Amino acid sequence: MNVRDGLTKPIQNHNSHNKPKGLLASLSERLTKTRASIVGQVQSLVRRHPTFDSEFLDELEAILLQADVGVNTTGQLLSGLSQSLKESGQGKALSGEEVLARLKGEIVTHLGPPEPLAEAAEGPTVIMVVGVNGTGKTTTVGKLCYRFGKLGDQVILGATDTFRAAAIDQLEIWGKRAGARVIRHEEGADPAAVAYDACQAAKARGADYVILDTAGRLHTHVNLMRELEKIKRVVEREIPGAPHEVLLVLDSTSGQNGLSQATTFKEAVEVTGIVLTKLDGTAKGGVVLAIRDSLGIPVKLIGIGEGIEDLRDFNPREFADAIFHDPDRSGCPD
Amino acid sequence: MFENLTARFQETFRKLRGKGKLSEADVDEALREIRIALLEADVNFKVVRDFVSKVRERAVGQEVAASLTPGQQVIKIVNAELTELMGGRERKIQFAPKPPTVIMIVGLQGSGKTTTCAKLGRLLKKQGRKPLLVAADTWRPAAIKQLQILGDSTGVEVFATHQGDDAVKVASSGVERAKSLGCDTVIVDTQGRLHVDEELMAELCSMQKAILPHEVLLVVDAMTGQDAVNVASSFDERLELSGVILTKLDGDARGGAALSTRAVTGKPIKFVGVGEKMDALEPFHPDRMASRILGMGDILSLIEKAEESYDEAKAAQLAEKLKTANFTLEDFQDQLEQMQKMGPLDEILRMIPGMGRIKGVGDMKVDEKRLRQVDAIISSMTPEERRNPEIINGSRRRRIARGSGVKVQDVNALLRQFNQVKEFLKQFGGGGKAGRRAMRKGMIPFMQ
Repeated sequence: MNVRDGLTKPIQNHNSHNKPKGLLASLSERLTKTRASIVGQVQSLVRRHPTFDSEFLDELEAILLQADVGVNTTGQLLSGLSQSLKESGQGKALSGEEVLARLKGEIVTHLGPPEPLAEAAEGPTVIMVVGVNGTGKTTTVGKLCYRFGKLGDQVILGATDTFRAAAIDQLEIWGKRAGARVIRHEEGADPAAVAYDACQAAKARGADYVILDTAGRLHTHVNLMRELEKIKRVVEREIPGAPHEVLLVLDSTSGQNGLSQATTFKEAVEVTGIVLTKLDGTAKGGVVLAIRDSLGIPVKLIGIGEGIEDLRDFNPREFADAIFHDPDRSGCPD
Repeated sequence: MFENLTARFQETFRKLRGKGKLSEADVDEALREIRIALLEADVNFKVVRDFVSKVRERAVGQEVAASLTPGQQVIKIVNAELTELMGGRERKIQFAPKPPTVIMIVGLQGSGKTTTCAKLGRLLKKQGRKPLLVAADTWRPAAIKQLQILGDSTGVEVFATHQGDDAVKVASSGVERAKSLGCDTVIVDTQGRLHVDEELMAELCSMQKAILPHEVLLVVDAMTGQDAVNVASSFDERLELSGVILTKLDGDARGGAALSTRAVTGKPIKFVGVGEKMDALEPFHPDRMASRILGMGDILSLIEKAEESYDEAKAAQLAEKLKTANFTLEDFQDQLEQMQKMGPLDEILRMIPGMGRIKGVGDMKVDEKRLRQVDAIISSMTPEERRNPEIINGSRRRRIARGSGVKVQDVNALLRQFNQVKEFLKQFGGGGKAGRRAMRKGMIPFMQ
């Protein structure tokens, strides 16, 4: 089954350099464990509900809610499911497995088709990385940089997080790992000025990518959101058509507040895509469904580990599968 | 979202209000809304289920008190249960009888451990302790430097080695260093990875065995969703937490994670982080958190309370006095009494729907102690002094201070404050809109 494929790939591609010894082993073991229980999980869910009934519906609701899909979107998904079952007139005739497949289909439809990262037709592609504190912006920037560098592209990193203590150093370390040049100012400098310099440097060197690592900010801090708007204005002025991507880094452990984050960041800097991080834990990140529904922002990338290669394209189908597979949470009311 | 919720709640409770008695169906309807509210606040699904069934049990079985409408009865039960679940009163750090007290800070990456360590260090230093910060996150790039910079800015000593060093050894040496430096508290910053990371958990366990911390505090991001229960229980199973610190509460997350972690671990929330500045760490108040999670103001009870306790005749008299700016300390004291009858002031403020969203109101504190003190001071004055405060000279001030058990400075402060209010009233001529504004301002003179 494709879940298995999706989870095996990272192991094969996994690259252990730059990481303390033993991480590879533990990650691999973890994924094996997950994979084993996935199979059992689906079987037990379906075995308990050979046919579609209201109890099964309750159980599906519980799973969706626990995946942080949220009350509204869960309601929409389930009423969509009921509607389609009623219309086809085969509700009772369908097996649990088939109903589950339909629900996953609903989810995939909600998420829309996978969307690749935008690229500039000419000149450097500028990517702004934004988000609240602690979601993994700097790490994501490092991984993105490695990803482009591996394809032979030249990347300039802009250390526009001039606020958090040692954020610039953290970016320097990632830059070194990925072999990219970091444009930096002093801590506390104007981030828009750093963005300006990064754009200039990219133009002068003919770089392919500029990635701006912005400071984490709670979306409720209005002045910090204004600062972000300023960075974007500077970039727009310096490179026509830029920024080509404004990526909101969203922690998959975050709950319904994710919607509030996306709303405010979209208002400020027109977010073009979401990077869903920390999906290697037990969190599902279901709030992206609500975000896609109400704001139309697609998920573009996912973070599945702290290794430099642990950034992948978002695959709606795998995401839908993962919602219903969990070793730690059975999803059944106890 | 907030307004919608409040509106929906009020709609439900209005429906309940029309009826004389709580039927099972009424309770169910109210609880459906409460369930949605809790889920939208990111309280864990299972915790919500247990909570709702507990409330239901209590609500249906209970007689509706004569003085309450059925709707109020449900609100009361929900609030009480929620506050109780969150752990009653605030909890402090347990200091070891024999220093140094060792505090280990653990949590997922990005939850705010390093910042919290520095904030906690600053707070303890301010309380007269001598803390040492230990940078045992030797894994995340630049984590050590971050702690060093924050330690420098708050004037708290930091023990650090190099990235990639053995974290357990660093922690142990840190504790040794604290002893040799005569520090009485050691705050150990640890690396954050996911709770499913066996290597991390094993490292934290051996660190715990090596340094035998008196407190193991889990840092949880207030924006965490359903996964909070998995995180909290994983850490608790392995490390036996002593408490939780909830961070990033300065955002607009309703913070259901507070309820979830409390419910699954039974461990108290000891502090909350409310900003990026180093002083933005505060004690946790379960009751405030309860109303935040519910996201509802309670205008009905506010009105009810006001009606119960406000004496109309006195209010008219006061309005008259305000017009003529003939406002004395006696009136001042009357006003305080009226307000005290309504209940704790910050509670009243929180009842106003939407107040929680206004910046600053959430952390506004009404100093009840100071209020009682003012009452005592005025009570220690002679009637003549109250009507004519100008006659209060040095020896009278000393007598009043002795009589009310305060310092002379406190008496001075009160008189100054009273004069300000009076000035303010005079300035606005007392009448019309300005006068009413002044009255409101005068009514709450002890807000910080």
